Amino acid sequence: MIHHHSFRNLFQRLTRRQVMQAGLGAGVSFLLPTLSARATQKRGQERPKSLIVLWMAGGPSQVDSWDPHPASAVGETVGKIKTRLPGLEISELLPQMAEQMQNVSLVRSMVSKEGDHERGTYYAQTGYLPDPSVVHPAMTAIISKHLADPSIEIPQHISLASGDGFVVPRGGFLGAEYDAFRIFDPGRNVRNMKPNVDEKRQQRRLEGLDVVSNAFRQQRPFQTSETLHQELVNKALTMMSSKQLEAFSLDDEPKATIQKYGDSRFGRGCLVARRLVEQGVRATQVVLQGFDTHINNLKGQTKQFQILDPAFAALISDLKDRDLLDSTIVLCMGEFGRTPRLNPLEGRDHWPMGFSCVLGGGGIRSGVVIGETDPEAAKEEDKRVTERTPPKNPVSIPDLYATILTVMGLDPYEEVQSPIGRPFMLSEGSAVEQLLPEHLI
Amino acid sequence: MAVFYELEAEVIVVLKSFIWPVLVVVGVVWLTTNSVRSAAVDPTSITIPMPKSDSTSKETVVRVNQELARLRSEANLEMANPAEELTVWRRLSLALHGTIPSLEEIRKFEADQKPDRLERWLEYLLNDSRFDDYFAERLARSYVGVEAGQFLVFRRDRFLDWLTTQLHERRPYDEIVRDMISGTGVWTGEGEVNFITAGFANDEFDPNKLSARSVRAFLGQRMDCAQCHDHPFDHWKQGEFEGLTAYYGQVVNSLAGVADKHSKDYVVEDRLTLEKRTVEPSVPFHPEWLGENGSRREQLARWMTHPENQRFERAAANRVWALMFGVPFLSHRPVDDLPDPGTNPETATLDLLGEDFRKHGYDLRRLIRVIAATDAFRMSSIYPLPESEQENDGDTLQTAETIQQAKERWAVFPLIRLRPEQVIGAMLQANNVRTIDQNSHLFVRALRFFRENDFVDEFGDPGVDELQDWSGTISQALLRMNGEFSRELTSLNPLGSPGRVATAGSTPEKKIETIYLVCLTRLPTEAEKQYFIQRFEKDKPDQAVEDLYWTLFNSPEFSWNH
Repeated sequence: MIHHHSFRNLFQRLTRRQVMQAGLGAGVSFLLPTLSARATQKRGQERPKSLIVLWMAGGPSQVDSWDPHPASAVGETVGKIKTRLPGLEISELLPQMAEQMQNVSLVRSMVSKEGDHERGTYYAQTGYLPDPSVVHPAMTAIISKHLADPSIEIPQHISLASGDGFVVPRGGFLGAEYDAFRIFDPGRNVRNMKPNVDEKRQQRRLEGLDVVSNAFRQQRPFQTSETLHQELVNKALTMMSSKQLEAFSLDDEPKATIQKYGDSRFGRGCLVARRLVEQGVRATQVVLQGFDTHINNLKGQTKQFQILDPAFAALISDLKDRDLLDSTIVLCMGEFGRTPRLNPLEGRDHWPMGFSCVLGGGGIRSGVVIGETDPEAAKEEDKRVTERTPPKNPVSIPDLYATILTVMGLDPYEEVQSPIGRPFMLSEGSAVEQLLPEHLI
Repeated sequence: MAVFYELEAEVIVVLKSFIWPVLVVVGVVWLTTNSVRSAAVDPTSITIPMPKSDSTSKETVVRVNQELARLRSEANLEMANPAEELTVWRRLSLALHGTIPSLEEIRKFEADQKPDRLERWLEYLLNDSRFDDYFAERLARSYVGVEAGQFLVFRRDRFLDWLTTQLHERRPYDEIVRDMISGTGVWTGEGEVNFITAGFANDEFDPNKLSARSVRAFLGQRMDCAQCHDHPFDHWKQGEFEGLTAYYGQVVNSLAGVADKHSKDYVVEDRLTLEKRTVEPSVPFHPEWLGENGSRREQLARWMTHPENQRFERAAANRVWALMFGVPFLSHRPVDDLPDPGTNPETATLDLLGEDFRKHGYDLRRLIRVIAATDAFRMSSIYPLPESEQENDGDTLQTAETIQQAKERWAVFPLIRLRPEQVIGAMLQANNVRTIDQNSHLFVRALRFFRENDFVDEFGDPGVDELQDWSGTISQALLRMNGEFSRELTSLNPLGSPGRVATAGSTPEKKIETIYLVCLTRLPTEAEKQYFIQRFEKDKPDQAVEDLYWTLFNSPEFSWNH
């Protein structure tokens, strides 16, 4: 057994190394003449696809947003408004999105198996239930790996997220190199990107680093190069001096554009996400925290959706104006929804059986509304999560991801192996036909 | 429930906003009382105990070394030369305290010329309460994970306190494990009970989680897959998993705490027929180890830790090995995925270590002593390649294969990436001339605590997977090069070692040597020394000191255990 493993291991490592070397070559690609076929210059449907996930951390309330019900059924909530999609009504907290609903689709019947933040987030970001013997890669990590663009000098998996206490999507068994690169204050300050000293001193420091690294390498050349330490330093240096870093900055964006997205970290995050897509970044997550409204639900949700509405709507219309919507999937969801009934503190608790998500672009069929929830679902609140009646036409998280993978040109059933040789499919679900473009059905 | 949660969060925010002004005041007081002390270190502040190794443990070390020699000879491998003692000392400090030796300790170690100094210094590390704290956290990850878990019924901090106390009091390992499996009472009072309450998720108790975790943590095997189907690789069957899980099936929880309801049946829903059926407790082998009396969990605890249950001692040996080296004995497999005893001759080392562990009272410290004394732990990370292979930067397929074999068969000490807490622990210690321990000033300790947490948060914590050989990330490289921590910890201020070295009236050569000792626990090579002396002469002296710290912090040697 050990021989078999060692042999496989050996070649896996060499491959990883060769890949890194290739990556390193790409790292200095800014020295080469610009490639005319650069992905960033293509528009429309031919363009390689990207995914932007607007992550509503804490669990947004579906009844106060995408799936309104009369107050008589669900307790204090807000009114409904008509949208540009005939027959569809959403909460009046989302007036700008009401103007965009014809460009996206809505699933009102998402079901998850986890009602706890940590476990639910894991499930909703990976499509796999937490399993202590393996860490599954987040969907965004899979996409950044399988659709990697070698001409990109900045990370291809990025999380725009401020604050503490949320989970940065991980590469899991794909390796830490696929963990999301985290930006703490989108559009303002990309951390750790500037040397602490002036250029001359930085050069001296790096020259010294060569001397010390060589002393260590000298007698263990193979092991040292296997650590990829120098490669990562080089990649970091390439990134620090890359022109593509400008994607993180909003300095050259017109004030009006920034205002359109809303003056919030999340709004800036959405604008940066669009800029990252323009650079060719494959998978970006923008996090909006604060949906966990166990007390005074409506007040909390109102505040959140007022941040979401302009940012989401501006992102969709901006992508459309720039002919990028056909190549960019935007997905808006959280780890679960909130109970259809108010608790005694006028809050809503966790509700994984029947919540909403919005997705569109990138070839996802638009103007589709899937599933409906029973306003009387509240009567099942005392049942266990797993025993509640699912909503009509339920869509599971793995199904959602199978859909997104299919539209992005990947095969959800493709098998990948964890480092110990355990096989996994990219997603265990099956694509939701109603959301697929005709040529993929 | 969330009310409490949010209140708690607010209290933390308030505390955080208070802590800095308080720290500044404390710091100023400390500065004024301490800055008059010279940078010279008083080596008498450390007392070094007598070595604890006896003839029986030496015998085990000899047997392990013979076994390692057998592994090497099977693959025609040389053994790497013994490592420098200072290097071994650095490894021990990283493994047992999560940090590197301080200048204070290095000076004392160097002054100690007796032949058994490594054994005695190992005792010093094991007697220090930093060992209890550090090892408890590492072990706890396999018992209760790293997540906050179910709110209100799970208190990881209480579990950690309890485990730290057990290590401090030198409780035998089998007793610690029995307490965890069979503990009853309130999770806030009885720390070990949190092993059971960690089985709660989504407001429900999930006994599967506990049986799977017990087998992984205590027997070093995985039967999680058998939860849904028969394990494809080895012999664990779904029925065996259910039978084992039934031992946790009588757990009830109330305000009075965790207890067992002896009349309760363990009922499962059949995955195929969806019918409910009662599962009787059963173990996959040797039911006689269960004993007669006691609750189901007490029986399970006896079975798991039975002296004849070789999996138990092998799992412990493999985990402690992994904590010492950074990877388990079978370095390409997860720490809790060992082959069955007797099926793989490659793991005979674990049999020897396990046997010694059992025969001598399941003493974790003894196990550490034995592993630390083996050739594997004492050898260099330089593999003696034949001259023909040293060319080409060693970058040939043949070399790759030889080194890979040497790593797997412990013919060379492997380069393993330091875990985040070790990286920041080492940076913080390198920034101090004195040892940061329980005797350090509150200011230094609080600063360490907050910096460590912030750094680990930004660096990324691999959690329960920390004993695997992962690669690094670009954000980690950026954090090390340009981050606030690296700026602070390399800059000259009167408190830190860079400031003290810069103002000490010695030659550039002496300064360079001191900085190398503080950061890399070694002296510079001749070439390094010549290069940096020239730098010190050309550059501004203060900048040269800061630059050298930065350079060493960013070197592979600093962040890869060697």
